[in-house]
Amino acid sequence: MNIVEKILARASGKPQVSPDDVVFANVDKVMIHDVSGPGVIKVFEKLQNQGISVDKLWDPAKVWVAEDHFVPSAEKVSAENIVKLSNFTKKYGIEKHFKYGMGQYGICHTLSHEEALVMPGDVYVGGDSHTNTTGALGAFACGLGHTDIAYVLLNGRIWFKVPETYYFKINGKLPDHVMAKDLILKIIGDIGTDGGAYRTMQFGGSGVDEMSVQSRLTLCNMTTEAGAKNGIVEPDQKVIDYLTSRGATNVNSVHGDDDAEYAKVFEYESSEMEPIVAKPFSPDNISVVREAPSVELDKSYIGSCTGAKYEDLVAVAKILKGRKVKIRTEILPAAISIYQRAMENGLLKIFLDAGATIGPPTCGACCGAHMGVLAKDEICISTTNRNFPGRMGHIESQTYLASPLVAAASAVTGKITDPRDLK
Amino acid sequence: MKGNIIKYAQDNIDTDVIIPGQYLKIHDYAELATHAMEGLDPDFHSKVKEGDFILSGRNFGCGSSREHAPIALSHSGIKAILALSFARIFYRNAVDGAFLLPIEIDEDAYNGISEGDEIDITLSTNEIKNITKNQTYKMKPFSEIIGKIIAAGGIFKYKPDQD
Repeated sequence: MNIVEKILARASGKPQVSPDDVVFANVDKVMIHDVSGPGVIKVFEKLQNQGISVDKLWDPAKVWVAEDHFVPSAEKVSAENIVKLSNFTKKYGIEKHFKYGMGQYGICHTLSHEEALVMPGDVYVGGDSHTNTTGALGAFACGLGHTDIAYVLLNGRIWFKVPETYYFKINGKLPDHVMAKDLILKIIGDIGTDGGAYRTMQFGGSGVDEMSVQSRLTLCNMTTEAGAKNGIVEPDQKVIDYLTSRGATNVNSVHGDDDAEYAKVFEYESSEMEPIVAKPFSPDNISVVREAPSVELDKSYIGSCTGAKYEDLVAVAKILKGRKVKIRTEILPAAISIYQRAMENGLLKIFLDAGATIGPPTCGACCGAHMGVLAKDEICISTTNRNFPGRMGHIESQTYLASPLVAAASAVTGKITDPRDLK
Repeated sequence: MKGNIIKYAQDNIDTDVIIPGQYLKIHDYAELATHAMEGLDPDFHSKVKEGDFILSGRNFGCGSSREHAPIALSHSGIKAILALSFARIFYRNAVDGAFLLPIEIDEDAYNGISEGDEIDITLSTNEIKNITKNQTYKMKPFSEIIGKIIAAGGIFKYKPDQD
């Protein structure tokens, strides 16, 4: 069995599972946030009206709550949702509730690794499509809707069809000017936005071995944009060290068998990789940066679970150091812990000296919620994950998806720019 | 199950256009319905009738996991989506929440059915009859688990241990 089959077999109490088997898997960790949480609360209300008991959760210790999409509260409806979340966690005894303005908080998929909330081998479900991100720690990490999350909260398990696995073998270390974001955009461009649909996308090979855990998180994050059920990397010592340094103890590992089967294997040579952008209006509409259209950009947005981890901010700082931005540039660290590290290591000063605005951790404009959404005809280069029509604001705005290096270089020139071409 | 078709002849209709991100904070189902398809078809709310079906191309419902998408469509009156394929979370949400039926169709149905056509879907025979044009197409049968959850009326009514 491969790693996903092993995890799902263990979680469903079966000696063996194969693709297309339907299993009821016991869940190890669950996440809700300020959009899916109130959605789940609504489902609970419906269930109560149907006479189904919602008095207690199956295991509040396995549940954690993020406040990320509309925080700090954008207006009164968002504020009320935050109050609903607080009432919910209090009622059900959920202790891991990361509240904004009270120490560590941030984007759910960032907290999952910054706070070592998910372990290798876990079945982890979240009320958000980018739950796939955390598969980089070697977990089966999968996004679900409100009804399914409500079901898990009450029953501790959920059905899955065991996915077949596409294996992406990355040969060699990525060049310095190429980031994991470029690689995953290239892969999505190759297989399309439904190319991984219902499947696992697993990443391996020497290029992935060489990668930091945070780069692997970027790869797994955007498997969602290829339609995948989950993304995963087999855990190694780097993952164990990453989690241990963030307070985890007794981190276990799980690996696929030597004779594990994959539906298809794709190979990529890192040395051939180039900086990539995804043009409007789809993540698979890719172009090499040096061949991208010569558009006048209005904004560079550096944020989200995809592109505002600490490593992403370091890449941005490398470019912005000693330079000035030519277009509006917003930088939103994805969690308070990252914000703090950025402060301690002088990154925030570099950003401010360059003329950028620094915002609080939030999903913010990535999902068109608030904190810098786009006006009609505005064109943005962004380290985020989607560029569908209206995704970041007005239906006639445009977003180019790019790596932190490219978004920063483009902030300096006002045009889509390969970091190698910066003077 | 009979209904009339609203056709969007395109692939990759994503949840950001089905219900734009600014409305994610809303959890009142009737209010969500007033914004359904707003990112693609601002006239949708005025033209949709109770019992209508949507017809579309590949990868319907891709993108965000927001259950607001099937909720907004269902509470607009949409009973089924006929598409060449579906994105997985939308599909799951539609079935597990018992909001609407995701019906996988083939190219014949996709090309043969037009805006406004009256359609009759028979799940027991996996047949789609186009009453307006007097044509019949096959739908892809539901997988076993999906069929059972639909028959039960959603994940909470489905009893896996009694299988």
